[in-house]
Amino acid sequence: MRDLGLADIRAGLAEGAFSAVELVEDRLAALEAAGELNAVVTPMPDRALEAARAADARRAAREPALPLDGVPVAVKDLFCTEGVRTTASSAMLGGFVPPYESTVTANLIGAGAVLAAKTNLDEFAMGSSTATSHFGPAVNPWKAKDDPRPRAPGGSSGGSAALVAASVVPAALGTDTGGSIRQPAAFCGIVGLKPTYGRCSRWGIVAFASSLDQAGPMTRSVRDAAIMLAAMAGHDPKDSTSAREPVPDFEAALGGGVKGLRIGVPREYRVDGMPEELDALWREGAAWLEEAGAEIVDISLPHTHYALPAYYIVAPAEASSNLARYDGVRYGLRSPAEVVEEQYARTRRAGFGAEVRRRVLIGTYVLSAGYYDAYYTKAQRVRRLIARDFEQAFGKVDAVLTPTAPTAAFPLGEKMDDPIAMYLNDVFTVPASLAGLPAVSLPAGLDGEGLPLGLQLIGRPFDEETVFRTAAALEAAAGFDAEPEFVR
Amino acid sequence: MALDRATVERIAALARIDIAGEERDALAGELSAILGWVETLNEVDTEDVAPMTSVGGHKLPWRDDVAGDGGYPDRVLANAPDAVGAFFAVPKVVE
Amino acid sequence: MSVLIEGRDGVWEYAIGLEVHAQVASSAKLFSGAPTAFGAEPNTQVSLVDAAMPGMLPVINRVCIEQAVRTGLGFGGAIARHSVFDRKNYFYPDLPQGYQISQYTQPIVSGGSVEIPGRTVRITRLHLEQDAGKSVHDRDPDRTLIDLNRAGVALMEIVSEPDLRSPEEAAEFLTRLRALLRWLGTCDGNMQEGSLRCDANVSVRRPGAELGTRTEIKNLNSIRFLREAIEYEGQRQVEVIDGGGEIEQETRLFDPDRGETRAMRTKEDAHDYRYFPDPDLLPLELDEDFIEAIRAAMPELPEARRDRFVEELGLSDYDADLLTAERARADYFEAAASGRDAKQAANWVAGDLLGRLNREGLEIEAAPIPAAGLGELVDLIADGTLSGRMGREVFDAMWETGKSAAAIVEERGLKQISDTGALEALVDELLAREADKAAEYRGGRTKLLGFFVGQVMKATGGKANPKLVNELLRAKLEE
Repeated sequence: MRDLGLADIRAGLAEGAFSAVELVEDRLAALEAAGELNAVVTPMPDRALEAARAADARRAAREPALPLDGVPVAVKDLFCTEGVRTTASSAMLGGFVPPYESTVTANLIGAGAVLAAKTNLDEFAMGSSTATSHFGPAVNPWKAKDDPRPRAPGGSSGGSAALVAASVVPAALGTDTGGSIRQPAAFCGIVGLKPTYGRCSRWGIVAFASSLDQAGPMTRSVRDAAIMLAAMAGHDPKDSTSAREPVPDFEAALGGGVKGLRIGVPREYRVDGMPEELDALWREGAAWLEEAGAEIVDISLPHTHYALPAYYIVAPAEASSNLARYDGVRYGLRSPAEVVEEQYARTRRAGFGAEVRRRVLIGTYVLSAGYYDAYYTKAQRVRRLIARDFEQAFGKVDAVLTPTAPTAAFPLGEKMDDPIAMYLNDVFTVPASLAGLPAVSLPAGLDGEGLPLGLQLIGRPFDEETVFRTAAALEAAAGFDAEPEFVR
Repeated sequence: MALDRATVERIAALARIDIAGEERDALAGELSAILGWVETLNEVDTEDVAPMTSVGGHKLPWRDDVAGDGGYPDRVLANAPDAVGAFFAVPKVVE
Repeated sequence: MSVLIEGRDGVWEYAIGLEVHAQVASSAKLFSGAPTAFGAEPNTQVSLVDAAMPGMLPVINRVCIEQAVRTGLGFGGAIARHSVFDRKNYFYPDLPQGYQISQYTQPIVSGGSVEIPGRTVRITRLHLEQDAGKSVHDRDPDRTLIDLNRAGVALMEIVSEPDLRSPEEAAEFLTRLRALLRWLGTCDGNMQEGSLRCDANVSVRRPGAELGTRTEIKNLNSIRFLREAIEYEGQRQVEVIDGGGEIEQETRLFDPDRGETRAMRTKEDAHDYRYFPDPDLLPLELDEDFIEAIRAAMPELPEARRDRFVEELGLSDYDADLLTAERARADYFEAAASGRDAKQAANWVAGDLLGRLNREGLEIEAAPIPAAGLGELVDLIADGTLSGRMGREVFDAMWETGKSAAAIVEERGLKQISDTGALEALVDELLAREADKAAEYRGGRTKLLGFFVGQVMKATGGKANPKLVNELLRAKLEE
């Protein structure tokens, strides 16, 4: 049952080839066996089996099948789950048990999905390696051919990516602020989509940077990502930034092909030091699309170079404020002191890891009196220019093709002492985040070391359909069927 | 912009994070490096460009004035590190 | 009127501006669906949003926006078509989010004014913001207890220019503003329950000179405390300056028991609030139709109504002021005056009714005599059925029993005797019996008229029409 995709599960259950309980028991066993990936923060076997039994009962009662009936899904531990501890991989929230269910997980439950585990992530989603987790780094199921060192799964949704890549679950939830779905998807050789900002509700997702955070699916195929997103998305009156856009049938868009589509290739993404094989793969991706009938157009996104520094002002600024609620008063960790002010400082010291502290401090600084305009306002102006670059490009093209990450998965522990080197992982993913655009990463090939490389497709706001249909064409052409060593 | 130790202390105090004395210099170096890097933004001409504070063009949604929430102090207090009756409790605050 | 403070070498003038925090009259909070009622058990009016649970998000309450617009229109402010909610970041145990959602650079209302006797007080701005929770310091020996029932309740912060020149003017301004808010129904104005609080920015200067350094006195929760705190603070500042010192810009608290202000314990970084636009919200855009609909539904404002009472109904300035101090009062009066002599009705409402309400500590909404019932009483006096004195007796009886004026007149047989023939017979009989006194009167002791009137009234049990009795007596005595 390892390799079943969402459509296979749908068919298998309908035909009675297996029951939801059989499937879920099998996957729970796989989850237990995958301990070495350190991808799980909190397993949810009881709740999962209960949901599986409910799915089987519905089928027995001949109720109409739900879109995700019986599908085991792993959930990044940033989504609040009622009655199941939610940690954001931080000591700060170590014992926090939400008395509420996030809108996106509630939507999945409503669609019949079986939530199987809460997955490891970079603390408060701040990182590109899942190594800033309070629970230790998650491990990429892929290894290089001639290098036994464990690799980072990327981040921050590294636990979710690792479980999907290791075929433990067919689908997982991630969140993406600057690349946290797409970069780990690329590192782990799976499909990861960040929808348009506002497509999925943020209600009940532990906030990192409110103007950027967006939930999205992580799967092994473009089709499964489309099925997942349809179940996750929709307007939520509890989130003021949630869009009132209708949710189209994404799966139906897949067969559309790319004939007549214009695909932009932005010259600014050809950065210094980009590995030749990545550049080659990118060119190959363009060629595949061209062969499938698309027109490839050279475009310019002139402010690309400034996206990353703008992001590293905007995101920490918002984070410094979003994380102010972790004060040890109402929930989470408290390091007691005689005086409340000291209790705050001790609690926040003990509860936040080094990277979170660093970002909260940067964010505090860029918002502080005398620096606000020079940093925060400046970054928001540059952000508009980046969004405008895309607007102009989408006057000429229907989607943009780029690499997802500048390198393949690096060995665990690397870049940990150089924050900027780590931040550079997001150089290709951050521009679409700042502009709020939908973007998908899909595996397109292996590098010389046998590690997966991803390509990214960026679309117009709320035009996930074009992104999906282009991704489906690319996926078909790439024929990526390599499996990580962990699975073999 | 190079941050000095005193600035690190000031922002750590604003952010209510206890930073040990010996860490302050190291942090000052790290934060300075990051700030130096983000200052490449100064190369961009942003005159007449309005800051982008939100994504998307939709209107701020309004809720109706209906008091249908609350009334569950047990849920509100369920994760409290310290509580007295139905109050949250913290060390004595002196104004 | 300006009040000057005597210094060592010359006089000083107050410059006072107020920051009024008025709780918006609404059922639910500004950004959540939790209720706002006062006095509930701790943490029972708290939603997950108000407790700032992870991942909780704000959604704005339509009525709070409407109330802010209504208030702004009430004092003639400009309503912003585009305003922005910012986060004001600071740590305090009763501030769950670690920030207050407020409006900093782009408030919903700018400008406007409130008239007080002798001065137009300019309003700088009105903005919407969240209230914090309540810290209880005196219930546990070594802990502060936190109740979040208030957290997230909508406040309108209304800021005046430093146009006020005395503690009395500040008190007058707050009184008028409070009356306006109550008039509009946008805040209940209850200072005891904290629905209306006030910070005072106080400085002193040589008359007409540049503004001096100000101090901010926080959280004044009665008009008396406001007056006392400013009074003390002005004197204190003059003493500091006279002593060669300088005023420090600081936040102070008023201690009502000692009648003093004292500096608050604040950190030097306390004022770096790191405001930035709340990324969980979008800018608040109001279209002209929305604003116009509120404008069209505005009640007649106190000043307009006051002027109409004077010009159209012929009321005195004093009565008109008194009757428009509260909207319910003006409504009561107009109902009582409808279809009859407004001045007479005004006398009864402004005199007997308000006097009695005041003595019994009641609001006009709780008056046991309905406005229409008071109107009937006025009619009974106007048509001569009752004398003024009898009217008072009936008024008291109406108050006590809740019965109508007509019923009381009937029950007690209080009808005034206006039958000239019957009264004439009584007068003739009296003058015959008291022939000596009648002679004295005719000899010039006209003061005796009162004696004769009193006798007739006594003989009729007070029911004789006093005007008629006077006329008859004069006619007979001066024949």
